[in-house]
Amino acid sequence: MSTITRPGVKAGPSLTARLLASQRFSNLTIFGLLVAIIVFFTVVTPSGTFFSNYNLTSIALAGSQLLILSAGVTFLLIAAGLDLSVGAVVVFSSVLAAKLMLGLTSGLAGTAQGGAELWLPILAGVGAGVVTGAAWGLVNGMLVVKSKIPSFIVTLATSTIILGLAQVWTGGMNVSGVPQALTDAFGMGTLLGVPWPVVTAAAVTGLLWVVLARTRFGLRTYAIGANPEAARRAGINVDRHLLAIYCMVGLLAGLVGMIDISRFSTASVSGYANIALQSITAVIIGGTSLWGGRGKMSGTVVGAFIPATLTSGFVIMNLQPFWQNVAVGCVLIFAVFVDQYRRRAMNVT
Amino acid sequence: MTAPPPVLDVAGVTKSYGHVQALRGVDLQVRPREVHALVGDNGAGKSTLMKIIAGAVSPDSGTIAVDGRPVTFARPADAQAAGIETVYQDLALAPTLTAGENLYLGREVLKPGLLGRLGFVDRAAMNRSAERQLSTLGAKLQSLASEVGSLSGGQKQAVAVARASLWGSALIMLDEPTAALGVSQTEFVLKLVEQLRDERGLSVLLISHSMPDVFRVADRVTVLRLGQTVLTEEISALSTNDLIAAMTGAGIPAGGPTT
Ligand SMILES: Nc1ncnc2c1ncn2[C@@H]1O[C@H](COP(=O)(O)OP(=O)(O)OP(=O)(O)O)[C@@H](O)[C@H]1O
Ligand SMILES: [Mg+2]
Repeated sequence: MSTITRPGVKAGPSLTARLLASQRFSNLTIFGLLVAIIVFFTVVTPSGTFFSNYNLTSIALAGSQLLILSAGVTFLLIAAGLDLSVGAVVVFSSVLAAKLMLGLTSGLAGTAQGGAELWLPILAGVGAGVVTGAAWGLVNGMLVVKSKIPSFIVTLATSTIILGLAQVWTGGMNVSGVPQALTDAFGMGTLLGVPWPVVTAAAVTGLLWVVLARTRFGLRTYAIGANPEAARRAGINVDRHLLAIYCMVGLLAGLVGMIDISRFSTASVSGYANIALQSITAVIIGGTSLWGGRGKMSGTVVGAFIPATLTSGFVIMNLQPFWQNVAVGCVLIFAVFVDQYRRRAMNVT
Repeated sequence: MTAPPPVLDVAGVTKSYGHVQALRGVDLQVRPREVHALVGDNGAGKSTLMKIIAGAVSPDSGTIAVDGRPVTFARPADAQAAGIETVYQDLALAPTLTAGENLYLGREVLKPGLLGRLGFVDRAAMNRSAERQLSTLGAKLQSLASEVGSLSGGQKQAVAVARASLWGSALIMLDEPTAALGVSQTEFVLKLVEQLRDERGLSVLLISHSMPDVFRVADRVTVLRLGQTVLTEEISALSTNDLIAAMTGAGIPAGGPTT
């Protein structure tokens, strides 16, 4: 029996192999990478430009929308799902909310100004935008769960449909004229010096972090991604669980749409073409396995801020910010390499 | 003095898939505290019978009784509620979860009080229980924090058996638990089976193609051939050749098997 209880009788895997294979290592690497990027830019830029309160705040602001989406997508990837439609949902929710606010305020004088009578239309628009996002998420979830078509294909299709509907509705034009009061109070507003969108992102991510790491819902998310059949046999309602995750991701996309119109006063029809892939990238860079069952919110937080940090640094260095894309792609390949290595190391033992 | 009723009493169970008659009349009685082997050639209907007892498949006809009480299993949860746990051949563990998380999958321990009502899980409690369960079974893991996927085949089997023995109160069914294992790990798993009987006082229904395993741990054996029960006997009254003859239909002398 002792041969079973001690598996390391044969020569164990090398130290590097074991390092690469450990979850803690990959979380540390990616965190170390972000720290290295920050240190690098701090050193090579004039003092007080990159590592300043102002610049760090703008990085946080620039990354906040991606972070919110990525926090939800973390659940989805851990459950071995995928959602390519979040960008389309952001656009649809923004358009719907903007149109609703415009319609409800059209009778009022001085739409562009702030005013107490504007708050009802604003809240109605925001509420409708978020609920619509959740509804699209539910549609995605239903299609994935019922049709058994891979989530990649389902959400690729719904992405086109949802964006197409938004384009038809607006004739492909942005919807401007979102009440200035929303921008003043939220989009450009701050809480103790921290922009409201950043506060929102921190709150949402913190909440989802706790849910993933500490609750039964989180634990079952890992189980479903690791072995859905095992989860089913254990009496877990896998379909309902997946439905809840897709619905949550849709809701977060709606929320991101609301942050967007509050920051830019306009519902953008073309602005979110890449965010679905960017969120998946951020989550995978953060160490979540593309094959499900494994991942951490801490990694996602780091992964979501790497693009904004790089962009800011390159801009301050007077380099083209597009270098950010090149760098993120390289980091992505490295992250997936580590993930694959870890999976292989597991299967060997 | 009356003998206690069988833990499991299956009578006249049939099941067809289209034109395929998987089971054409199966009788099976598992007594309290016994390891009962279920053997038969490929396609004899062993797995189908196991799925029926586990509540995963419903029979066309026939009856099932647990501890003398007739039961109807519409869902796996019904069989589990009757104290029957199943270790499937492909184990049904979540490889990226720890042993403790696997033992309690679907029946997680929640924290006491408000946190528990909010759905917070008590991982420490699950780990402690996993350690206790596994050490009663004589299996110590190096680290309770390690993912089940990184364990050896025998250790994985131990986790699956520990899960079954944690929740089962009447019968544990194991479908070919040693099929993928080497010599020492097979021995380890057979010891687990004996412990379920001797220390936990449970009955075990063991599906196996391995005659040495059957003779090593089973108290009694039932042979299925072409979906029918052809023999149930004390293992001590049989030889390997008797079993093979019954499985292949080479014929058993009337009046019972010879030794
Ligand atoms: N879901 C199903 N649909 C159709 N036929 C089935 C199904 N399940 C089992 N069968 C058939 O029923 C018969 C019995 O199969 P079963 O899997 O119970 O045999 P077994 O004794 O477990 O065989 P093995 O030793 O190969 O595992 C076989 O002919 C099989 O093809
Ligand atoms: Mg079988």
